[in-house]
Amino acid sequence: MSAIGADLKIAGVEAGYGGSTVLTGVDLHVGAGETVTLLGRNGVGKTTLMSTVMGFINTQSGSIHVGDEDITGLPTHARARAGVAIVPQGRRVFAPLTVHNNLRIAEGKHSGEWSLERIYELMPRLRERRTNRGDQLSGGEQQMLAIGRALLLGPRVLLLDEPSDGLAPAIVQQVMGIVRELAQEGITVLLVEQDLRAAFSVADRVVVMEKGRIVHESTTEEFRSDAPRARRLLGVG
Amino acid sequence: MTALTANFITDNGVTMIDGLATGVLLFVIALGLSLVFGVMDVLNLAHGAIYLLGAYVAVALLGGGTKMTLLAFGGAVLLAAIIGGFSGWGLSAMVRPVAHRGHLDQALLTLGIALVVSDLVAMKFGNDVRSIPAPAGLDGSATIFGQSYPVYRLVVIVVGGLLAVGALYVIERTRVGSLVRASVVDPQMVSALGVDTKRLVTGVFAAGAALAAAGGVIGGPILSAYPGLDNRVLLLGLVVVVIGGLGSVSGALVGALVIGQIETLGVSLLPDHASFLVFGAMGLVLLLRPQGLLGKKEATA
Ligand SMILES: Nc1ncnc2c1ncn2[C@@H]1O[C@H](COP(=O)(O)OP(=O)(O)OP(=O)(O)O)[C@@H](O)[C@H]1O
Ligand SMILES: [Mg+2]
Repeated sequence: MSAIGADLKIAGVEAGYGGSTVLTGVDLHVGAGETVTLLGRNGVGKTTLMSTVMGFINTQSGSIHVGDEDITGLPTHARARAGVAIVPQGRRVFAPLTVHNNLRIAEGKHSGEWSLERIYELMPRLRERRTNRGDQLSGGEQQMLAIGRALLLGPRVLLLDEPSDGLAPAIVQQVMGIVRELAQEGITVLLVEQDLRAAFSVADRVVVMEKGRIVHESTTEEFRSDAPRARRLLGVG
Repeated sequence: MTALTANFITDNGVTMIDGLATGVLLFVIALGLSLVFGVMDVLNLAHGAIYLLGAYVAVALLGGGTKMTLLAFGGAVLLAAIIGGFSGWGLSAMVRPVAHRGHLDQALLTLGIALVVSDLVAMKFGNDVRSIPAPAGLDGSATIFGQSYPVYRLVVIVVGGLLAVGALYVIERTRVGSLVRASVVDPQMVSALGVDTKRLVTGVFAAGAALAAAGGVIGGPILSAYPGLDNRVLLLGLVVVVIGGLGSVSGALVGALVIGQIETLGVSLLPDHASFLVFGAMGLVLLLRPQGLLGKKEATA
């Protein structure tokens, strides 16, 4: 396995919005090249954790490391340069830009082994739609665009927040296929996913969040083997 | 019908060309206003003062002379652009602390800066209207539709048109332009691409101010220079931006061309309503399309 990925160390992180604290002390270690899926009920703070790692919101206490680098106090763009990329919840593709320009603004010397050409090879649908605006794409196409954009940053750590949200099952499989390929590349992946089957199909490990902290960690196999516990943790029927 | 059209054009053609010159000039001025609002969500009420600075660069370089050579005039445009660029850079730094404090705070700050600047200009240059003659060689007139028409205004259409095309090219076709447009809709996501959006915003601020100041020189032979001109220019710029849609470049172009015609053709056809026409048009657009002619719905939300 190549040495692309870096490990992500989140230690005692508290963060929130305005005066309120959503994350109440998150400890999470994602090893280099590992794929970890973060599960939890709606509103427990999964997206907040992703936003905190990316620097969209500030940490109130605790620290975040990528490899040896402490990124806790860095602005978002410096974190991106340290190798963190995000495929955010809701995708957030740039609506007024064409597919091509959405990708082009992410490309640069940091892209490393990734190039526009390679993204188009990985996701041929994007090439077909390259002159369409971001807001003219279907949900699945937007998701691929958001993933392609993140990959062109040459990430060492990739944050994926509900990539299957709103997609047809066949498209979910396709997206998960791409995630699996990235994992094989050696990229470190932290994945938030509501579609458990999709999550289990790619993850090495499962962590579960509740009320702003991690309450469970296990391998995917171990998690799946105890269905009652999984149901209790996730509150699903 | 065609005879009527032909008549209308011979009667009003010169006025319409005048409107085109005004419109092109307004676009050069309003673009910065629109983009700064787009990328920084800041309403920069000092934008008119930047235009004024540019106009007085021309006044200063004119000195006691009656007109500048073409070269000197070009130099004045360049110098104004540089001064404008630095002013914009400084302004963006001053505005940054209030960038997230709501539009009222920004309006108060930038309006305050504008007042200081125009007072300083008045102290230095006095309160009189200072005319800025067209440069030598461009001060003649041509015959259009059987009427004599100043050549300089045709030059404004060409030069302003080139500036407009250049600005549109940068915004629509280059990587930096894509980053600017992306920042208008989602600056946070742009920073997640490794782009220092503060620097991007500063660049937009500086470029917009450079254009406005250059516009002050270019528009000098048409609008002259006097304390208070900053307010008029700012007001027209705001109307252009509101009509076109905040943050939209093509919207600013359409808005500027529309206001240019209203300011000339409209006023010539409906002289009794001259003072209401511009704001009437703005009110109409706001009623029918609150997001502006080419603005996105979210932009006004
Ligand atoms: N921008 C915001 N401002 C204030 N509070 C917020 C904001 N975003 C989220 N919250 C609150 O923070 C808490 C955690 O939200 P978060 O989006 O992190 O949950 P989540 O686990 O990602 O949920 P979901 O599964 O629905 O995406 C919630 O109580 C939510 O209401
Ligand atoms: Mg979420």
